[in-house]
Amino acid sequence: MAEKKKWMPRWFYQMASPRWSYEIMGKLMPWFAIPAAVLLVLGIAWALAFAPQDYQQGNSFRIIYIHVPSAILAQSCYMLMAVAGAIGLIWKMKVADMVAKSCAPIGATMAILALATGAIWGKPTWGSWWVWDARLTSMLILLFLYLGVIALNSAFESEATAAQATAVLALVGLVNIPIIKYSVEWWNTLHQPATFTLTERPAMPAEMWVPLLIMVIGFYCFFAVSLMMRTRNEIIHRERRASWVRELIEKQ
Amino acid sequence: MSEMLTKEPVRTGEQSIGGLFLAVLKRDLLLSYRCRSDLVNPLIFFLMVATLFPLGVSPEPDFLAQVAPGVVWVAALLATLLSMDSVFRSDYEDGTLEQTLLSPQPLFVVVLGKITAHWMLTGLPLALLAPLLGVMLFLPEGGMGGLMLSLLLGTPTLSLVGAIGAALTVGLRKGGVLISLLVLPLYIPVLIFGTSAVQAAVTGLPLDGYIALLGAMLALGIGLAPLAVGAALRISVSG
Repeated sequence: MAEKKKWMPRWFYQMASPRWSYEIMGKLMPWFAIPAAVLLVLGIAWALAFAPQDYQQGNSFRIIYIHVPSAILAQSCYMLMAVAGAIGLIWKMKVADMVAKSCAPIGATMAILALATGAIWGKPTWGSWWVWDARLTSMLILLFLYLGVIALNSAFESEATAAQATAVLALVGLVNIPIIKYSVEWWNTLHQPATFTLTERPAMPAEMWVPLLIMVIGFYCFFAVSLMMRTRNEIIHRERRASWVRELIEKQ
Repeated sequence: MSEMLTKEPVRTGEQSIGGLFLAVLKRDLLLSYRCRSDLVNPLIFFLMVATLFPLGVSPEPDFLAQVAPGVVWVAALLATLLSMDSVFRSDYEDGTLEQTLLSPQPLFVVVLGKITAHWMLTGLPLALLAPLLGVMLFLPEGGMGGLMLSLLLGTPTLSLVGAIGAALTVGLRKGGVLISLLVLPLYIPVLIFGTSAVQAAVTGLPLDGYIALLGAMLALGIGLAPLAVGAALRISVSG
């Protein structure tokens, strides 16, 4: 047994213990919370006050500093949810189930934020709140997938069954996302002349894309913090009968 | 111990991958035949939804001809969705499903058989009924072939994907609306290529590409969906 090659690092197995995960997340949280706060404040200030105006869109383009990070995050959050769900299915790891469950509301919020900021930006730029553009539509469908996952998760009484069923649905969704994405893109180009496609952004000057990059990293840090907070809550809630949770509560 | 367990099933497995598939298919077809009203209901629904559009939007022949491919496809999609809940429901309620899961037969084949039976009872009749709706909605005659062909290739995919939703919700008392929430977003690619095929047929463009894509999705569905359905059934029954 000792000679058997370990192909998974030790922390991966330690992750299976809710208590260990709870503690390590508590320790890691400041390392993400502080960068998140610094980067978001810095990025917002830079983006809104100091970045140059767009020569065509004026100041309205500044919303991309919220729009792009939230759209990126909405997509990667689904990936994380599906991967966590798969880990939960394969290794029967409770913490992975909890991470997957905590991902869904965050991802759905990010998708809504991306759609809302896109609509606000679209009004002055395209002249209408909503256009059946391929990228908008696939974001909307991503939101539907999130809502389905949340609805399925809340339909089960047993938390273990809910987690497994949700993981299967998330994986099915993951297989489907590329198919949906490409079919929607094709549908759009077939039905609509290219008037409304999001044209390739002109090569941005560094003063414009550096704050965007800062915002994206800031959003990721913020996502990590909020995911850890949600997961810790979930761990406490599900392990409420465990002795270490009781001790923890009595200490406070 | 494990050897003893595996010896017997190997022989039965040899007898019958195809036999098992046919047995499941026959059983499900027979069961539905005994309960004929369930068989006709999706078709009536299909017809009614298509009737709503001229009443609700506009009875102009030109306009209807334009929207006909989409209307027929959406109606077929909804009719399939409505019938989805019953695929595993009765088996779950009388305990047959548990026995199936316990049996040594490959679940993949059993599930595929059940889905095929479901398609033969909903998708196939819908595809055969579609020209009637096409006539009602003034679909140009050139589009009829494309309509039937796209439905014949697209509805099995709808049944396969819908079965995943049905399997996930079979343990819940109220699965109906939930299935729609889970499955509708996944139906979008089929809808897009299905209606595009019909529109191409109407305008006289070649529709090989769309048909090939629908076939590709069907192949992917046959390969992967029964696996997901099997996993989902095990989760639903054990939970």
